[in-house]
Parts: sequence; structure tokens; C-alpha cells
Amino acid sequence: MAFVCNWCTYAGADLTGTSRLRYAQNVRIIRFPCTGRIDFLLLQQTLAKGADGIIVSGCHPNDCHYTSGNFHARRRWMVFRQMLENLGVEADRVIFSWVSAAEGAKWADLVNETVESIRKLGPYQKYKDMAKSLEEWEVTHE
Amino acid sequence: MARIGVFVCHCGENISATVDCDRVAENAAGLPGVVHSVDYKYMCSDPGQTLIREAIREHRLTGVVVAACSPRMHEPTFRRACAEAGLNPFLCEMANVREHCSWVHEKTESTTQKAKDVVRMLVEKVKRNEALQPIKVPVTKKAVVIGGGVAGIQAALDIANGGHKVLLVEREPSIGGHMSQLSETFPTLDCSQCILTPRMVEVAQHPNITLWSYSEVIGLDGFVGNFTVKIRKKAKSIDEHLCTGCGLCTQKCPVRKIPSEFEQGLGTRSAIYTPFPQAVPNKPVIDKLNCTYYLKGRCKLCEKVCPTQAIRFDQPDELVEVQAGAIVLATGYDIKRADFFPEYGYGKYKDVIDGLQFERLASASGPTGGMIRRPSDGQIPKKIVFVACAGSRDPAKGIEYCSKFCCMYTAKHAMLYKHKVHDGTPYVFYMDIRAGGKDYDEFTRRAIEVDRTQYIRGRVSRIYEKDGKLIVVGADTLLGAQKVEIEADMVVLATASVASQGSEELAQIVHVSYDRYKFFSEAHPKLKPVETNTAGIFLAGACQAPKDIPESVSAASGAAAKVLGLFANDELTREPLIAAVNRMSPPQYSTCIGCFLCQPVCPYNAIEREEFKTRDGRLIKAVARINPGLCQGCGTCVALCRSKSIDLFGYSNKQIYTEVAALLDEALV
Repeated sequence: MAFVCNWCTYAGADLTGTSRLRYAQNVRIIRFPCTGRIDFLLLQQTLAKGADGIIVSGCHPNDCHYTSGNFHARRRWMVFRQMLENLGVEADRVIFSWVSAAEGAKWADLVNETVESIRKLGPYQKYKDMAKSLEEWEVTHE
Repeated sequence: MARIGVFVCHCGENISATVDCDRVAENAAGLPGVVHSVDYKYMCSDPGQTLIREAIREHRLTGVVVAACSPRMHEPTFRRACAEAGLNPFLCEMANVREHCSWVHEKTESTTQKAKDVVRMLVEKVKRNEALQPIKVPVTKKAVVIGGGVAGIQAALDIANGGHKVLLVEREPSIGGHMSQLSETFPTLDCSQCILTPRMVEVAQHPNITLWSYSEVIGLDGFVGNFTVKIRKKAKSIDEHLCTGCGLCTQKCPVRKIPSEFEQGLGTRSAIYTPFPQAVPNKPVIDKLNCTYYLKGRCKLCEKVCPTQAIRFDQPDELVEVQAGAIVLATGYDIKRADFFPEYGYGKYKDVIDGLQFERLASASGPTGGMIRRPSDGQIPKKIVFVACAGSRDPAKGIEYCSKFCCMYTAKHAMLYKHKVHDGTPYVFYMDIRAGGKDYDEFTRRAIEVDRTQYIRGRVSRIYEKDGKLIVVGADTLLGAQKVEIEADMVVLATASVASQGSEELAQIVHVSYDRYKFFSEAHPKLKPVETNTAGIFLAGACQAPKDIPESVSAASGAAAKVLGLFANDELTREPLIAAVNRMSPPQYSTCIGCFLCQPVCPYNAIEREEFKTRDGRLIKAVARINPGLCQGCGTCVALCRSKSIDLFGYSNKQIYTEVAALLDEALV
């Protein structure tokens, strides 16, 4: 699953298309106005629903269409990553990157590298199961 | 109940070559809520759009998903088609199956599967889309131009001639900027003042222009079409209505030895002064830091001699708020000054001067009446060394860019010198001669070939004084980096041009971004060179990057054209993809807990505090409110909100979580 901003990475991924570069098929892109919009609970939910890896990509520092959204995202991610690690979640499954509207090739590389590294980690069934059992627990204890 | 229509485009063979379009359409038809699903060769063509319009009417669709190219390509097209058929345009979404699917993958089963997935995600999203109305905001048809140099003057005149009111704000006592200090201009050698001062007078007399000199912008609120600009009109200690500009006070003022800013310190001025004889407005101001009355409490000589009793020692600074629809930033540049070049002895040796000082020496109205004389002893120098790229293109100095106009003015200086001192020899140390521009290269060739300027390709390492001469030590790289020493009478450094003092503060006040050199950033380096990322704020001239006069003027006219285009509308419409804090009635039932953590993260200052009070004025609750005119819809506040009280239209939590769920939920796959 890839969460990308509309102005840089979405456009960069469009450029990958226009340049006819090939990359791995098992990525699905969701468009956001800005990476600053991404609520990190969404990442947690995405893993819980069964995604094996997540790419979050926006504009390079200082290039944000909204001036500073990417900085907020970066800061939030630094905190969230530590939290995930403390909780024993495999934080390496979330790849944080910057791809500009001119970096079509970088997008293709990013997807390929991510798919490869996630493949090494294997499916994240553990988290999914855990989330499911938690959900069931909540239902029974309501 | 949702009634969604799915339209799968083949894009000729662009999509259908790798994606099995009929199967994508077939699959979509089976999704919950989808009542109509077709594929077609060219959806964006006229018959394709007709297909969508007819389906909306026939099947009473409540949402449309077009699986085709990138929404960055054709979203406006399909949204317009929906609107024509009576469906709210924001109920149309695009599934990107070309750029993000067919063009980047091989023809395999999983490519078609990906297309199916993307369509399913968007179908689930569009079910949760809301019908949105474009936001309409009125436009105040008045512009504020900040900075009264040649760019600001041009922008103000162009907007004023277009029939709109302009307020020109200048922090110095007079408009004119750096151009008014120049002697002659390249490549035509026409006199700078002769072409500029008529424009300055035009500004002062134009019925549509209000000129506030000695004033600074200290605050900006609002948004495109509706700015409120806070301006400090610094006390001039003069009643401008009474002052006739006779100049008696400046002649009688006993404090006379203040280095003149206009003359770059080569001349002096009095404490009550007009910067230069052609100043606009041609009325003096009192420099409080140097005036005897303000320092010691007595003197008031100017008050005694003033024939119209216009002196006001007790005048306070005035703070004024102005409404404006557009802002043009034209704050120009500064040049690097003393202490920056210890190796060149700049600031230590009087005869090492900068380019602007040379302009004053060469100017007919300058301190030497246009004669090139050494500042130290008034002698006419027989050998002048010009050092180009003093600071520019020098990573060691932290200025990696090219200051752009120095090559040209250095050639001009050498020429002017040669025209005035026939037996003198000008030398130029240069890195490259950058003379791109109409008649520019011819001009530098003339300096070399006709006026016999000695161009030496290399850099100067050191300048020191010996027996009244300045020894310039450099290298000639065209002779194999041979050491060169020139005994010069005077050295002129073409010092780097840098962002105007106070640019950073101004950028923060008006919320425009700036680069690492503090020059203001344009919205797009090629296609939006005069716009900033903040709608309604435009850039003119060298505040964006070093620019020469013609470039500054064209940028200013470009900015003015953008302002006039904006003012051609009585109302502005904007995409309503903005954030909002939830509201219930009665309003205090908002889930917002009033922590206001969203306020500091908002890059547009769009979040306001709204208070609910009882009739006797007791505060019940304070909640955040998002100003729809200011919000640009980045969603940073949405992600941050602790109580999940803020949502973003078009990218709501519901929509986004659904997209994730639609992709991954096994029930739907």
C-alpha cells in the first residue's frame, strides 16, 4: 500500500507511467493532498487489515505545496516509528520517502526496493491475527 | 442507496493492451452499489462523455467512477461532464489505471487484478463523497505593492493604468530603489535617472496610486482577494500637507556629517534630509538617530526656519490597516558589504570600493560630479582593477549562485572609466563573462575591443597596500595559472547581490516561502515565475533572484498582469476541498475539545478561535473554526486532531479508511 501526496509523488508516479518504466504490480496507491494529512493510525489500520508493507511518500523538504506538511509528516513518523518499535511492531515495513514530480525513475526504484525488502520479511500475518483477536476481544467484552 | 456508475476507458490501446477492460467493467458491475458499468474506447472523447452524461440521467447515478488516466490529466474533464448532466462534480472520482497500472506493468493477470482493485477502492470512496459547492469569495480590487524600486514602480503603474487602486509602500524616504543610484545603464549607456525619474513622478501624480514612503508592512491577514495589510508609517516628523519641499531646513540643519545612504557613504547628508534631489516624495524626513533635538532635547533650528511651520517633533508612528485583494512583493536586493572580504581589504582600504559606490562616483549627480576620483585623496586613478564575482559563485563564501548582472555592469564600469579617464587602464578579473541578453555580448566585446579593457581570466587572492598603491595579486588561468600582480590606484569589487535586508522577516509576515539565500520562491520555476505559493501574492523583480533592470521590469509587468487578471473577477471560486471542524446544533456540542494544537501547525493561519458564551458573557466553550477562505486543504490539522473533530472534504477519514478497507477486506475481494 502506498500513501502519496497529490503534488509530488502522485505526479512522480504519473511520470513513471508516461516514461513507461516498469515496476512491481503489487502496490496500490492512495492519493492524499499532502503527507501531512496522513494520520498514523491509518498506517496501523492498514497493517491490521493485512497489508504487508506501506510506502509513505511526499515532496522533498522545502518543496511542500502547503509549505510544511511534509515536515509535520516526518516529525510525526519519527515519533510513531519509535512507538511501533517499542510495541514490537516491525517498523521496517513502513518505508518513508520523498519522490518529487520529476522523479519517475525514483518512484519505480522505490516500489521495487520496497517490494523486495517486504518480500524478505514475508507476509505480516502476525499483526493481522493480533488485530483480529483484539477486535474479537473487544466485541466479547463490550 | 448509492447508485454508482463505472466507466472503464481503453484509451485506444494504452490501457487495453495490458488490462482486460471488459473484465474490469464486468467485475465492477458486481460490486455493491454499482448499477451501471461499461467500457469504451475513448472515454474523454465527445461520444465517451455523452455516454457518461446519458448514463447519469438514465440510471439516476449518485456517483461516477471513471477508470482511465491520471486524475491530474482528465479529472476536470469528467467532473465537468458530470456537472452538465446535473450530478455534483465532486461525486465523480477517477481510478488511475493508465499511469499507475497499464503503462507500468506487463500484460498479466495481476495487472488486470490491480485495475479491478483500484476501481473497487474508488467505488467505495465515491459512495462516501459529499456533494460540495465551490467556495465563492469577493475580491477587494485594490493592490498593495511592497517596495518602490523600478519593479515596484512598474507593477504599481501597470495596475493603476489597468484601472485599479494601488498602494505603494516603500521603507525608505523616497522611491527609486537601487536604479536611482545608478549612473548609466547597460547596454545602451543611457542615464538611469533620466529614464527612472519620470516614472517616479508619474507614480506620485497618478490618481490611482497612493504612495506611502518611510513605511513598512508589519502584518498580513486574510487570503486572496481579501487581505488585511498592517502598515507602520514611520514618523517623518514633518506635516506632509504643509511641507512644500523647499529644502531650507536641510540647508540649515547643523548636523551635516552623516554618511549618506544614497551616496553609499561617499557623500554626507544632514539629519533632516531628502535622500537625493529628485526624490519622490520630495519632502524631507528627520533621522531621529542623528538629530540633535531627539538626542539632546534642543536645537529645533529646522522648526525656526521652516516657512510653513511643517515640522512636528512629537509626531508618532502611525499604524494603519489596509484592505487589499492582491499583494506584489518587490523588495529588491542588497549587495554584500564590508567585512565580507577581508582578503580584499574592503572596509580597510578606502580605495577598495563596491560596484554601487562606483556608480555614485560615475554619476553626474554624485559626490564627485561624475569625475572618477579616489575616495582616499581625490586623485584621478590611472589604473583600476575590477574584480568580478566578489563573493558570487563562491561556495567558500556561502553564495553559490551567479549574481547575474555584475558581468555587465563591470564591463560598463570599465567603459565609463575609460570614457572619463582616457589615459587610464581598466583591468577586469573574471571567472566567465556571462553576457546573455539582447545586445549584451556586443556590449562586453565593445568594452574589450574598443575601450581596450584588459580582461584577465582568473581570481584575485589578495589585495594589500604598498607605497600608496593597491597591489592586486591574482592568477591568469589562460596563461597556465600564472601569478599576476597589478599596482592599482583603485579597486572595484563586483560584490555579490543578496536578498534585501529584512526579506526573511517579510516572507514570514506574508507567508511566502523563500530559498536558502532568503530570496522569495516562485510557485513554479518555469510556468509560474511571478506567483508565489500563496494565492494572491505575486513577485516582481530582484526579490526573487538577482535580476537586471529589463528582467525586473518584465517580471513586474507580469505580476501586474496577474493582479489585473485576478481583479477582472468580482468573485473568486475555489475548490471546496478544505478542512472543517465538526458542528452540531447547538454549536457547543462540537466534539472539538479546544486544545488548539491545530493552530500552530496550520501553514495558512486559517484556524480561528470561536467562543460560545452565555447571555451574561460567561464562556461555555471555545472551539476551533477553520476559515474556509484561508484553508488550502492540506489536512495537516486533520491528522493531528486529538479528538478527531476535523475532517477534510474530498479526503475525509471515512473516504480514506474505506479505500484501505476496500482493498484489503477479504469479504470484498
